[in-house]
Amino acid sequence: MASKTKNAALDAKTGLEEVEKQFQTLQILNEEGEVVNEAAMPELTDEQLQELMSRMVYTRILDQRSISLNRQGRLGFYAPTAGQEASQLASQFALEKEDFILPGYRDVPQIVWHGLPLYQAFLWSRGHFQGMQIPDGVNVQHPQIIIGAQYVQTAGVAFGLKRRGKKAVAITYTGDGGTSQGDFYEGINFAGAYKSPAIFIVQNNQFAISTPREKQTAAKTLAQKAVAAGIPGVVVDGMDPLAVYVATREARERAVNGEGPTLIETLTYRYGPHTMAGDDPTRYRTADLDNEWEKKDPLVRFRKFLEKKGLWSEEKETEVIEKAKEDIKEAIKQADAAPKQKVTDLMSIMYEEMPQNLKEQFEIYQAKESK
Amino acid sequence: MAQMTMIQAITDALRTELRNDPNVLVFGEDVGVNGGVFRATEGLQQEFGEDRVFDTPLAESGIGGLASGLALQGFRPVPEIQFFGFVFEVFDQIAGQMARQRFRSGGKFHAPVTIRSPFGGGVHTPDMHADSLEGLMAQTPGIKVVIPSTPYDAKGLLISAIRDNDPVIFLEHMKLYRSFRQEVPEGEYTIPLGKAEVKREGTDITIITYGAMVHESLKAAEELEKEGYSAEVIDLRTVSPIDIETIIASVEKTGRAIVVQEAQKQAGIAASVVAEINDRAILSLEAPVLRVAAPDTVFPFPQAEAVWLPNYKDVIETAKKVLTF
Repeated sequence: MASKTKNAALDAKTGLEEVEKQFQTLQILNEEGEVVNEAAMPELTDEQLQELMSRMVYTRILDQRSISLNRQGRLGFYAPTAGQEASQLASQFALEKEDFILPGYRDVPQIVWHGLPLYQAFLWSRGHFQGMQIPDGVNVQHPQIIIGAQYVQTAGVAFGLKRRGKKAVAITYTGDGGTSQGDFYEGINFAGAYKSPAIFIVQNNQFAISTPREKQTAAKTLAQKAVAAGIPGVVVDGMDPLAVYVATREARERAVNGEGPTLIETLTYRYGPHTMAGDDPTRYRTADLDNEWEKKDPLVRFRKFLEKKGLWSEEKETEVIEKAKEDIKEAIKQADAAPKQKVTDLMSIMYEEMPQNLKEQFEIYQAKESK
Repeated sequence: MAQMTMIQAITDALRTELRNDPNVLVFGEDVGVNGGVFRATEGLQQEFGEDRVFDTPLAESGIGGLASGLALQGFRPVPEIQFFGFVFEVFDQIAGQMARQRFRSGGKFHAPVTIRSPFGGGVHTPDMHADSLEGLMAQTPGIKVVIPSTPYDAKGLLISAIRDNDPVIFLEHMKLYRSFRQEVPEGEYTIPLGKAEVKREGTDITIITYGAMVHESLKAAEELEKEGYSAEVIDLRTVSPIDIETIIASVEKTGRAIVVQEAQKQAGIAASVVAEINDRAILSLEAPVLRVAAPDTVFPFPQAEAVWLPNYKDVIETAKKVLTF
């Protein structure tokens, strides 16, 4: 009996190692912008490659300006995105307009590129209800603050798309810390059980505020958590735009072909703090670690790749930067012009028809506001 | 007209709405082929197919997320939470998410979801099945909370709840599922949400109540009648928002009132009813408004239900205190 138990324990350990082997990191571009996996190269036109680079540069500027505007008190809640451009934008780039995005609080760039006007993103940061009055036909939700909630909702949106017979997917994002939530598991498990067209992205930027990813779980990869739901999971170099694009595009193909959801872990890094609300990364991150990840900058390697192909130049980059700065200035102006919120506004967006208590309070506030 | 139990009236309402609106989806744990643990969804999957009435994995939060997401695709979800004691698992999706959907999006998105769930004591259920947690829901802006006490009300209110374009929590008292039959019209009819009903007219005291306590209050009113007191019994039917108008009209007439709930005194919604009466009809009151409620302990072990749950005797006792104040 004793030896039998020992064998069983050994088998379990081997089993775990076998599982871990299934989750190798997909990389196409190395840090020098060299193609290391020709076979996996996505079919992107020169224009598409340039567009993707433009978006990444634009978003890096958006991050820098947002941090600065936040410091000036001209923006409110802001979660920095620098470093995650490949992870955020190359995945969004793989989508179609009819796909539905359920972002987390750091995923504002994806919904902006999916069609949310920039000034509305700024209004959301400031805390104005007009920020998330999403234009018709733009399939996105507000950035979710409750970590994990967007995962179970994505299972629902994806099931809805399937039921409606649409060739589209629901895509959602969370971070490494978010994979510890119950809703994370429930979301991927529901989508698996109903074979729904969902793409679940885990942007593993190594830290959940100050807690390193190793303290979230003993699992060697986060992608292997897909095994618990019985769905495919992949790890990609999240600093590599081409790898992120390919993984998302393939997941989308599988999903719209009725083969169900995929979990994608992107290995990435945020260069800035967790949010602008007083987080100080020097308390929990070493300069060495920061330097190591700065070498992996998605912009650097993609720039090198495109320059070698003769598709990118300093002038082009300057053009994008100027455009971004101009747009941001305009957007902030537009946000400044939004009317101040009134309590009666807030009351009127609670229900289709106000219940008695609100009707009564509405009159009281209406009288106050007309003074 | 047909004689129906409350559970039959509920099934009938679901069937009516599944027929009326192709966007209505009924789902939850064991609501499909099994017809629900109380047979509330009996025969519905057979009639409407697995696309309309289906089972889910065993995870309440996932069910809530499924409902939120399906609503974003234009469906009208009617999920079930097997027992309302399990609401804690899905509290975020209800109170943190669907209750705020319209508000957060400035009216661009909404959540026409009706969550059905059984609750209520007196049937010796295990832990966390019978708790009265409507108070938690009533404190959540963005949702309505409906609690029927009769087969007729259950059907009309459920049809209204499903048609409402904002989230509604529809709580079904387990003891009332099959305790009596009532004439229920065939086909569709609605009862407005947020409207109470005077279940018994009276002139000396107003008894405001809901759920299983409606029947205890009616029984108490009969006993009080024998002693010469005329009690008016108001069934709130919707506990959020509360029908202030009906309550105040009655209190102005009788000058005395009590509020009766099965929930613990620190829970439920009785305190807000008392506060509304104090705010609006203090000059009509001959006596303070007293409450009948359960003790402020955890819901009792099954064998202790009889001594713990409020019943008609407590209603009589409290009514007399007010009548003889």
